[in-house]
Amino acid sequence: MTELEAGRAERLAPVRSGAALQRYRDVLIALIAFAVLASLPLFTGSKALLDFVIRCSAYGLFATSLNLLVGYTGLTSFGHGMFFGLGAYSFGLIMQKLGVPIPVAFVATLAITAAVAAVIGAICVRLKEIYFAFVTLAFQMLIHSTILSWASFTGGDQGLRGGIPRPAFLGINLANHVHLYIASCALLVLGLLAMRQIAQSPFGYTLRMIRDNAARASFLGIDVWRAKLTVFVLAALFASMGGMVMALFVSGAYPEFAYWTISGEGIFINMLGGVSTFLGPMVGTVLLLLLNDTVTRFTEYHGIVLGVVILFFALGLRKGLLDFVAEWFAQRRDAGEGR
Amino acid sequence: MDLDALAGCLASSACLVTQTTSGLIIGMLLFLVAVGLTLIFGVLKVVNFSHGAFYMFGAYFAMTAYQLTGSFALAMLAGAAGTAVLGLVFERVFMSRVYGADVLMQLLVCYAFVLIFDDVVRLIWGPEFKAMGMPSAFQVMPLFIAGGVVPPYYLLLIGVALVAAIVLGAGLSRTRIGKVIRAAAHNPGMVSALGINTGLIYGGVFALGGMLAGLAGALAAPVRSLTPGMGFSVLIESFIVTVIGGMGSILGALIGALLLGLIRSFGSLGFPLFTEGLMYLFMVIVLVSKPTGLFGKEAA
Repeated sequence: MTELEAGRAERLAPVRSGAALQRYRDVLIALIAFAVLASLPLFTGSKALLDFVIRCSAYGLFATSLNLLVGYTGLTSFGHGMFFGLGAYSFGLIMQKLGVPIPVAFVATLAITAAVAAVIGAICVRLKEIYFAFVTLAFQMLIHSTILSWASFTGGDQGLRGGIPRPAFLGINLANHVHLYIASCALLVLGLLAMRQIAQSPFGYTLRMIRDNAARASFLGIDVWRAKLTVFVLAALFASMGGMVMALFVSGAYPEFAYWTISGEGIFINMLGGVSTFLGPMVGTVLLLLLNDTVTRFTEYHGIVLGVVILFFALGLRKGLLDFVAEWFAQRRDAGEGR
Repeated sequence: MDLDALAGCLASSACLVTQTTSGLIIGMLLFLVAVGLTLIFGVLKVVNFSHGAFYMFGAYFAMTAYQLTGSFALAMLAGAAGTAVLGLVFERVFMSRVYGADVLMQLLVCYAFVLIFDDVVRLIWGPEFKAMGMPSAFQVMPLFIAGGVVPPYYLLLIGVALVAAIVLGAGLSRTRIGKVIRAAAHNPGMVSALGINTGLIYGGVFALGGMLAGLAGALAAPVRSLTPGMGFSVLIESFIVTVIGGMGSILGALIGALLLGLIRSFGSLGFPLFTEGLMYLFMVIVLVSKPTGLFGKEAA
């Protein structure tokens, strides 16, 4: 529940707290969150719970990075999942074919992702709104088709099989379930902290200005294309991290990781949790995974249940859950001050 | 890659005719779905992400009607009319609540219905593959044109789609209702101020779009297998068509659909594994060189 508390604290803090102060607070919250998550295996031996948190880490990194584009910059990417898939496949292939230590493969994958994202982004961010959404979707499907058709290299529709080797490094053995769990939590917390710093930096506020009024930003001397491209590449890096966590978890990579439904789920998670708060996508991730797991246990028609829940959020609340909570608190505070 | 097969086909008239007809029927079916999508976008300014579901329902309605009555004409009618009613209800009850809302909200409502409709089909008709079967009227010898094989049903399919295209184009540009619809696309506030019920127009356009997709599904039912989720690939492809042709343009949808159909049928010879990839590549090239599509107007 640290996510919810963090979102609450953010709302109630004075608006003009110093940037340095806020950074210390963010780091503190991150440390506490990590401590809570990391001590979880001490209290419970439940493998299912730890698995759940690992999946939350993978999807949470991905969904939060998508929010950098959707919520902060106003770039509705429909193909963000391509970087999730790219991360999983690059990491898996490097580990399988080259046999390098895990950190090397990790950094190499980030470098590959950055290069690919820079090329694709340079083409995409020129386009506006729905066209941006479509061209990102097209690139996603292009990558998906390439994975399917280049079977000799990627394993085609079977995916990367035979498992990804997980040699120990620096005393960390990711083949061990608890080690993998702690490493996923660490990546999640570090990734969220880094994205939080990006969002709260002057660059982050530049992105908000571009979202609200790109023409004005341009008049103020901001190179809009460059700022958009930068955030596109940054978001791709974190999505790729999510993909790597997923690849480590399932010890493989599958074409579904690069299919457009991953992007659709990312958007859905963002809407579910809310895009106006930093932790909204994280809440959305937990909600969606919980929902998926419980519903599939009870009925084979989980599409109907999921659909009705989505309708409830879209037509009933008309906003994400954390947006709703945040607004409710703001209203209550205003009412309190008015009295 | 198998470029020899492609070159060999291009050199033989028989293969050319066969591949072109199969490209044309893919294209024509895509056109019927895509033109509904583009019409709805043009007038209502929403991207109907659940449009593939109407194609699916059209096919299932047609199959059931055909099994009950044995009449092919009634099957087509059931497919088209059933989805028209569905479109009207869907628009009035759900979509009309999210006009003017965030684009993401609209997509989300549609996404919800994609999930719901797929499961509804699984509930009613079962999860397994179904086949409607070719009506006996069309179980005759295929025609041979320049050595190529052309089943008569393909000609009917192409004819129906062409008629739909002409009626739609003429109806929008020449009739009074067409004018009102175009005016509503341009300035709904003014149309409403002139005493015209825009809600009715929106519902009607959505029903029309749904009907066209349903007709495509009904026409496709004898030649394709029916399965829950069959709308999905059609949806993605018709998106590509509308994007290539230009959102909101009927001519663009026709040209885009035919181009895509031909790319699919000839691409499957030259690049059997990368046929889908070719379509996306084509879309990227068009979008990058002309972001509004081949026949799209500058951003409105």
